[in-house]
Amino acid sequence: MKKKEVWTVSEINQQQEIKPVSFELLARGRKLAQELGVALSAVVLGNSLTERELKELIYRGADKVYWVHHQALARFVVENHSNIIRHLIKQYQPQIIIAAATTQGRTLMPHLSIKLNTGLTADCTDLQIEQETGLLLQIRPAIGGNIMAMIKTPERKPQMSTVRPKSIQVLPRNETREGNIIPIDVDDSLLDHRVTHLGYYKSEEEKVNLSSADIIVSAGRGLKKKENLSLIRDLAKQFDAAIGASREVVDRGWISYPHQVGLSGKTVNPKTYLAIGISGAIQHLAGMKTAENIIAINSDPQADIFKISDFGIIGDLFEIIPLLKKKLEEKELSS
Amino acid sequence: MKIIVPIKQVPETSRVKINEETGTIIRDGVENIINPLDLYAIESAIQLRENHSGSITVISMGPPKAETALREAIAMGADQAILITGREFAGSDTWSTAYALSALIENIKPYDLIITGERATDGDTGQVGPAIASFLNLPLSTYTGKIETVNKDHIIVKRLIEEGYERLQLPLPALLTVVKEIAYPRLPTLRGKQKARTIDIPIHSGKDMKVKEEKLGLAGSPTRVVRIYRPQVTRKGTIFQVKDEKTLAESVDQLISFLKEKKIVSF
Repeated sequence: MKKKEVWTVSEINQQQEIKPVSFELLARGRKLAQELGVALSAVVLGNSLTERELKELIYRGADKVYWVHHQALARFVVENHSNIIRHLIKQYQPQIIIAAATTQGRTLMPHLSIKLNTGLTADCTDLQIEQETGLLLQIRPAIGGNIMAMIKTPERKPQMSTVRPKSIQVLPRNETREGNIIPIDVDDSLLDHRVTHLGYYKSEEEKVNLSSADIIVSAGRGLKKKENLSLIRDLAKQFDAAIGASREVVDRGWISYPHQVGLSGKTVNPKTYLAIGISGAIQHLAGMKTAENIIAINSDPQADIFKISDFGIIGDLFEIIPLLKKKLEEKELSS
Repeated sequence: MKIIVPIKQVPETSRVKINEETGTIIRDGVENIINPLDLYAIESAIQLRENHSGSITVISMGPPKAETALREAIAMGADQAILITGREFAGSDTWSTAYALSALIENIKPYDLIITGERATDGDTGQVGPAIASFLNLPLSTYTGKIETVNKDHIIVKRLIEEGYERLQLPLPALLTVVKEIAYPRLPTLRGKQKARTIDIPIHSGKDMKVKEEKLGLAGSPTRVVRIYRPQVTRKGTIFQVKDEKTLAESVDQLISFLKEKKIVSF
């Protein structure tokens, strides 16, 4: 295929495995590549990924995998990643390049777009191809989710976007799919030695990775005091969910900042969001209102959270949550 | 230590109203404030100056009224401020915004550190900070939650990532984008407010900086907004009200049915 490709930037974890968000990008990219009639590629930078790991990208939709390996690429350092991907783009000239709207993608892509002298649209929730022009239409929320904007990069290439995690289903794994893994050596001149990565630290024992969670159980001021968050922790455990929180809960020191959902915290997009004792300040809603299912439990019938809920209970959470927990346990036992 | 803090004036998001017919934002009567996330950048700059001496310059690009935001930063404790303003900058996307801010920063060299908020609450892109680092070829740490060590030639920071944290050592000068965790913003002081009232804030236009006119504003922006529309916000959800023991049990049973129907639980 001579036509210019659609690229996705894969992410890897500390164990040198492909992160699932990379498969979401392939699901997005597959649709675009199909409409344009071009190949879909995944770019992977790492140190020691196995071939089995790389093949997963093909099973999940990639036609080609550009596998760039070097000891210095075991960890994400924006300067190295930006230099190397820019070099590859100059060589292969893809027309579209998408990355995840994660702490990595939202760092790498703006850095790269400046060097490439092209446009970038942040945190898209949908991507389409404009029929007449074949250009990428990038749809994203702005102003705290109050408006949606459709954006394009009409004259420059590549067209670049970061895509909100969990905004699309991954494609089913298909082991019969074929594709090429293209190993690429790193020219030492592309490595930037200024920044030293000194290591990783886990935040706490509880699940805090809100961006990859399917279910988030989120605590609001209605919990009344720090000790009561155990109710939320228990419920989260029952659902195997991550724990979120409103700004107020974080500001009062009931839980640490990485749990905060909303305008000054994280934007999340889980399949299910349970808002417990959260009234739904606009700043909070901005961070979670694209969740597929929103469930709210709050004592105030006027609470704004109910306006965006698919299911709500007006009542005392201290009665509702223990009963819910009990009934769920009974059902689990009897099944 | 010379620190530059680029800030943005934004409409107070909680008050934003949308014209339902045109899908555009009604800015009349909406209060303009310093981007709330920039307050963390200003505060961490002030703390660094308190510990290592030096000076803080806040800069902004925007309409003439953005001067108010710069004066508010002075009231908090910044030493000086510069405003980039002019018709030539209108319609800038993140690329050309970062281009103009970088040109100004080049003009006011030398500096040790640039600190920005993680993103602005209106555009919500988080792209301008990393883009400035790219234009100026500065080492970059985004989502910075803590500054651990600062000495003459390097800085060690904790960067918030999905799985926890990572620590980076960056040589100076460097650029940090910071998150809320880094500091608790102080209120303006009386002395700061007095200074803010009287300080002269220089204004730069395109002509005053070494910039290429064709890279500014809408003309210099690689991206175009095709259209803006109002998202579907309200959902027609089922809401139950607990009044007594019976309705409590019913509500919880209904919730469990909902969870089953949506395949959130499997039994």
